[in-house]
Amino acid sequence: MLGFILRRLGVMLATMIALTFIVFSLVNLEPNLRKLALEQGNIRMSDEAIENWLEKNGYRRPFLLRYGEWLGNSLTGEFGRSTRFRRPVNDVLPERLGYTGILAFWVMATMVPGALIIGVLAGMREGSKTDRSLSIFSIITTATPEYVSGIIFTVIFATWLGWFKGVAKAGDIDFWNFTLPVMTMALYGMGYIARMTRASMAEVMTSQYIRTARLKGLSFPVIVLRHALRNALIAPFTVIMLQFPWLLTGVVIVEKLFNYKGFGWVLVEAADNNDIDLLLACSLVSVAVVIITQLISDVGYAFLNPRIRVQ
Amino acid sequence: MTEIGSLEILIGALFRFWPVWACLAVILGTSFYFRGRLGLYGHLFDSGVGFVGLTLVLFWLLTALFADVIATFPPLEQFALLKRAVPGTVEAETGIPLYFGADNLGRDLFSRMVHGSRFVLAIAPAATFVAYVVGITLGLPAGYFGGRIDAVLSFIANLVLAFPVILLFYLLVTPGVRETAIPVFMAGLFFIFPIIFLGILFHSRYAARPQIFWSLMAVTLVVGGWVYAGLVFDADPLGVFSLAPNELNIFAAVVFASSPGVFRIVRGLTMDIRTRDYVAAAQTRGERPAYIMLWEILPNARGPLIVDACLRIGYTTILLGTLGFFGLGLAPESPDWGSMINQTRGFIRIVPTIVLPQTIAIATLVLGLNLLADGLREQSLKD
Repeated sequence: MLGFILRRLGVMLATMIALTFIVFSLVNLEPNLRKLALEQGNIRMSDEAIENWLEKNGYRRPFLLRYGEWLGNSLTGEFGRSTRFRRPVNDVLPERLGYTGILAFWVMATMVPGALIIGVLAGMREGSKTDRSLSIFSIITTATPEYVSGIIFTVIFATWLGWFKGVAKAGDIDFWNFTLPVMTMALYGMGYIARMTRASMAEVMTSQYIRTARLKGLSFPVIVLRHALRNALIAPFTVIMLQFPWLLTGVVIVEKLFNYKGFGWVLVEAADNNDIDLLLACSLVSVAVVIITQLISDVGYAFLNPRIRVQ
Repeated sequence: MTEIGSLEILIGALFRFWPVWACLAVILGTSFYFRGRLGLYGHLFDSGVGFVGLTLVLFWLLTALFADVIATFPPLEQFALLKRAVPGTVEAETGIPLYFGADNLGRDLFSRMVHGSRFVLAIAPAATFVAYVVGITLGLPAGYFGGRIDAVLSFIANLVLAFPVILLFYLLVTPGVRETAIPVFMAGLFFIFPIIFLGILFHSRYAARPQIFWSLMAVTLVVGGWVYAGLVFDADPLGVFSLAPNELNIFAAVVFASSPGVFRIVRGLTMDIRTRDYVAAAQTRGERPAYIMLWEILPNARGPLIVDACLRIGYTTILLGTLGFFGLGLAPESPDWGSMINQTRGFIRIVPTIVLPQTIAIATLVLGLNLLADGLREQSLKD
């Protein structure tokens, strides 16, 4: 087990380095550098002035040297300076990550239990009316991206009914302005987890030991809760962990939609303004989230299911 | 300004779709009549879910085909007096109503929605197809041989999959990237795969019969080279195949983002099918690996691949919408659904219906594809 985790950590590190290198080369493309120079300096700079500006600010040093420098600095927790916010990245990013953390927490807190309940209810009696209607509900939610459902919810619940607010201010959230963003994100992810749970539950319900339990005369709720549930929830665990990377894209869309200034908003601002240091730090965070959740899902799966033998 | 009532809007808009209804009736009618002989496609008519999905997908396909007939106005025409007009407002000069109202620049939402289907239905299936060819060409050897090929290819695939999609697009679909050779290089790399794939496909089967092989290869190279020149270098002498630079950029990025997923599925299926008896039989016969992979394993993996392709086209549709929503890579006036959502969403408070046509269009198309995939899965499991 330890060897397995160590090997995965090695692959993880290699992935991180490769991905940051790709991001680094993409943000440092010649047109992007010129755009940055024009934005930071005078907008009517001549080609010569651009060249001077880039030279002065160290963008013309050898590429690999700069990448090595950035890598070394980020290992010590120094991420450089944001040109968009004119503050060190370390001042900008943690605050925004906190706001997105709150959003992600509430999304997970509503999505996971909801999806598991729907999946178990649908899967425990395969082919029943409940099963079919819940399955169609799951398909509909997975087919509606956030920028569609979010807008439709805003029209219905904010404009027509006036129950909730269509804008959520980061740092000042309450039930009325936070329900719509959370609902939008949770609903999109819910269908997928529910379908996986349903499939896993339906498979478990046909297994021999459930039949034995039923022949023993146990009641249906006891069979589902005591015997089926534990085995049926192994597969969805992986799926739930793999939802985190998706959550990132969702966060960017929902934060733009509801004007919630969290991590996604910073990412968009950094990308729009070619804020190199900030964008690199954002990429590092998002890639780390993806890779760490992958590791947790692999290790957790092996841990939860003793039948999986790790070579 | 005169307006028409909701009932008239509904009837009028539905009537504009008359070529779609007519073709839909013909296609579904004949398919239903011959459903016994149509294999998996015919079985779709036995499942309610699959049938609804098929109808929705066909509806949008036919809409894209007949967009010029259905649309009441050109998608870019602006009526200065009708900015943010409510649904059913009648345009004074022509007397034609704006069925779904007008957007913030006074463009007819109905016509824009109808024309928007063209962009999605041209790019999404084509990009998915290329991603499939790339994924199959790399996934078959990775799953069949395993070992070092598998390790290298899987590492690359996982690398791309670990990239958050939105970040990937923010880095790859920008005017800055378009100034470099990256999009052309990526497209050039991806579009060569179909030609390689067909080459290996024919060679593995007809190597012993050079006459058939070379005639097939000649057709592949001429047609493939023609399409290749048109799409990648925009140098099609007849001007049939061409992509604007921004469309090429989007196309390459979408293929890049979705081929690793296909690779993983094909690899997994190949690893599973490799252990079957008919593969062992072919190996004993002394068939070459290329023949076994393409003519024994691939046809037997088609069920899950078709289902996944449907889901993936849906996912690509969502991706294209996301690009439009963030204003990445598309011309600001382009009538694609994502851009329309982005441009109109600021006016929800004034005219709530202004965002509905394009949001419902995306949702129904993706829903149709997902239902179709579900129906296909259900029916292919029965066989």
